[in-house]
Amino acid sequence: MEINLILNGKKIKAQIRPDELLLDFVRAQGCWSVKRGCETANCGLCTVWLDGKPVLSCSTLAARADGRTVTTLEGVAAEAEAFGSYLAEEGAEQCGFCSPGLIMNVLAMERELSNPSEEEIKEYLAGNLCRCTGYMGQLRAIRNYLNRKGGETNGENR
Amino acid sequence: MERTAKIVGSPVMKKDAMALVTGKPVYTDDIAPRDCLVVKVLRSPHAHALVEEIRTEGAKKVPGIVTVLTWKDVPGNRFTMAGQSYPEPSPYDRLILDRRVRFVGDAVAIVAGETEEAVDRALRMIKVSYQVLEPVLDFRTAKDNPILVHPEEDWKSLCPVGADNKRNLCASGCEKDGNVEAVLKTCDYVVERTYHTKANQQAMMETFRAFTTMDPYGRLVVTASTQVPFHVRRIIAHALDIPKAKVRVIKPRIGGGFGAKQTVVAEVYPAIVTWLTGRPAKIIYSRYESQIASSPRHEMEVKVRLGADKDGMIKAIDLYTLSNTGAYGEHGPTTVGLSGHKSIPLYGNAEAFRFTYDVVYTNRMSAGAYRGYGATQGLFAVESAVNELADMLHMDPVKLREKNMVREGNVMPAYYGEVANSCALDRCMARAKELFGWDEKFPAKDMGNGKVRGVGVAMSMQGSAIAGLDVGSATLKLNDDGFYSLLIGAADMGTGCDTTLAQVAADCLCCDLDNIVVHGVDTDVSPYDSGSYASSTAYLTGGAVVKTCDSMIEKIMEKGAEYLNSSVDEVEFDGKRVYRLDGSAEISLRDIGNRAMCSNGYALEVTESNTSPSSPPPFMVGMAEVEVDMETGAVELLDYAAVVDCGTPLNPNLTRIQTEGGLAQGIGMALYEDITYSPKGQLYENSLMQYKIPSRQDVCPIRVEFESSYEKTGPFGAKSIGEVVINTPSPAIASAVAHASGVYIRELPITAEKVYRGMNGKG
Repeated sequence: MEINLILNGKKIKAQIRPDELLLDFVRAQGCWSVKRGCETANCGLCTVWLDGKPVLSCSTLAARADGRTVTTLEGVAAEAEAFGSYLAEEGAEQCGFCSPGLIMNVLAMERELSNPSEEEIKEYLAGNLCRCTGYMGQLRAIRNYLNRKGGETNGENR
Repeated sequence: MERTAKIVGSPVMKKDAMALVTGKPVYTDDIAPRDCLVVKVLRSPHAHALVEEIRTEGAKKVPGIVTVLTWKDVPGNRFTMAGQSYPEPSPYDRLILDRRVRFVGDAVAIVAGETEEAVDRALRMIKVSYQVLEPVLDFRTAKDNPILVHPEEDWKSLCPVGADNKRNLCASGCEKDGNVEAVLKTCDYVVERTYHTKANQQAMMETFRAFTTMDPYGRLVVTASTQVPFHVRRIIAHALDIPKAKVRVIKPRIGGGFGAKQTVVAEVYPAIVTWLTGRPAKIIYSRYESQIASSPRHEMEVKVRLGADKDGMIKAIDLYTLSNTGAYGEHGPTTVGLSGHKSIPLYGNAEAFRFTYDVVYTNRMSAGAYRGYGATQGLFAVESAVNELADMLHMDPVKLREKNMVREGNVMPAYYGEVANSCALDRCMARAKELFGWDEKFPAKDMGNGKVRGVGVAMSMQGSAIAGLDVGSATLKLNDDGFYSLLIGAADMGTGCDTTLAQVAADCLCCDLDNIVVHGVDTDVSPYDSGSYASSTAYLTGGAVVKTCDSMIEKIMEKGAEYLNSSVDEVEFDGKRVYRLDGSAEISLRDIGNRAMCSNGYALEVTESNTSPSSPPPFMVGMAEVEVDMETGAVELLDYAAVVDCGTPLNPNLTRIQTEGGLAQGIGMALYEDITYSPKGQLYENSLMQYKIPSRQDVCPIRVEFESSYEKTGPFGAKSIGEVVINTPSPAIASAVAHASGVYIRELPITAEKVYRGMNGKG
């Protein structure tokens, strides 16, 4: 079947299989940042934005993107690099495989929540699993990033 | 030239960090050729069966299918998938495809085709008749069971590890010092307990994967997400029965390993497809496959007998470990050793010890290497027993440990008689007490709302590389404009060794970090390295980098002296230039590099290898505070404090992250990650839905500090960090739960149900 969508700001017309997952579709379009970590919508690695809202592309049909806007990390490269450098400053990317999905959700959180508390941050990002870091370094990076942006957070300021 | 730590000890950013956080295509599946055949494995639904007949005609007719392989199509020589130095202690008990299948998920056939859809369809079209056999599922009944997991005559053990396939034994043995029975008889208190840990999954975010191609020279190129590129080369050659010269292995960026990728879990399948068809091929394990057919931690049951006098001096430790290696023996003979070698030596005053073990085959998924490598299991048992002893003596478990712990300069009889030359365990304990507020919190506090808080403590040690065996190497080249290429065979799997080793090199060569370009790993290019396991990279490959830099400095001085028309003892090198000691002339490193590109017969290139007769242990202390709901048994972890002695932290950011991450994994093992099987041997926890790894909401504040000793044999005083950090949560949390609820949980994980049953006498 044919779908029309905007992928990272570009109009795209594509032939897809009806059962094709959005994850496989965006990777086939060269959006290599999007990763598969499970098949059960548990890990958050495949997070992309559909009309600006984070979704798990492993459990979203590509057909659902018809007539809509899809954004991957490649589409928000400058912002991703800005937050990513805070992760890197903490060494909190470690293997890096979960970083793109996490970053997509952090940027979505930034748009959705103002001054998130530590609990709100943990809750918003609960679906982004990481096996390397124990999450503490990610939290430090998120706090530093939000603070640097001029906004006050309820979290510890360090 | 003076060697001082400037960049070593700084929290510099990883060299690959920005590529990773900007989502660049750097992992195996991102860089696989687009025309790769898709390779998948048909897996056994039975725990134990013989393939009577396998019909593949229908599958082969599916459009797009290129090949379907069965046991008839693969070489008949047995090998091991364990990534260990040759000759491997793990037995040669595998074929790529075998007629006998030994666990639910064992490989039955390999299918390769143009698309995933075609391959999935073909997998469904293969018709297999099985002769279903009775399995051995309980590891307690496996030894000398009449049902044999490996009855085959060509089963082979290359090393004297006490293996006997006709007894379901992958390994067995006994080590001792002194007369443990006699000493136990003199003890006022003897704690005798049995502890049980499960076959936890590493659950790295990137599952197993590899792609294979043929190069213009007719060689097989394997690009794999692996911790052990050189072992992959050898194992692929063994499995395919082809010369090692025909195999090249490349490691790209890796999405985590934790030991899982110290076993060649997936590589052989695309490799045989490419070797037979000449076509590029790739395999990407699903999470389901990674859960049911991979290389998890060895399930172990550890019986501890701990003897002490009335003052709490620990006088004897007797350990029996029963380890379940599952269907194949990968890492079976070696993991079990650490359950004793990395637990008993923590107690320096013991007059005698005995450590006995059996490693048995069962019809369950083959186990492998997982961070901690047996030490985790042994330390859960020994540290829990020490905590139970303290409670029996009505003694603070911190005080009990202060009386007994190994200290700098002590000989460790249960650790190959090595001396603890660098050991800040006592300082770790003192600092952890303060950081955690132990004295105020011990042992428990009733919150008055049906909840009770309790605290627990545990110690841990590990090694730094395998003594007298592991090899770390580095190659250094001086290039034009004076930049260096550092080639390493150790595998950065997210741990950051490409960066930390460059930090070591930069300080040895007195240059900026950016002046060191790192390359790793390509077996055609990189110097030989055993691989990234056994907590070896910082210590052993780091040591190789130091040696290599020293040799490079000599070469630079010789070349510089030649260009200055001087003898080598008339010049010095300061990292930027070679100059005459009398100040009369100098030549910059940049000019040496450029000039050596013409009319030069003296390569400015050095390779050095490093091995170590000892394996200096890192040490640590962990303290946990939990809150137990006395009505439901639910356990909430409130606080975790840890103080680590890893020698000099080469990069404090990365050592901290390693510690926090290892603790979180340990917390998962302690509280959440269970492994259960159906009566027919099917694993229930076959996805991240059922296999619960900690989310950020499950991990309490983890507080980490370092109390560094200085290890003279390590680079800039470094030991290791990767594994020691996973061992304390299980025993510390179990003891905290016991102090809160009175219930001693001796089988992981510590679930609300177990605590509830314990509190209500239904244990």
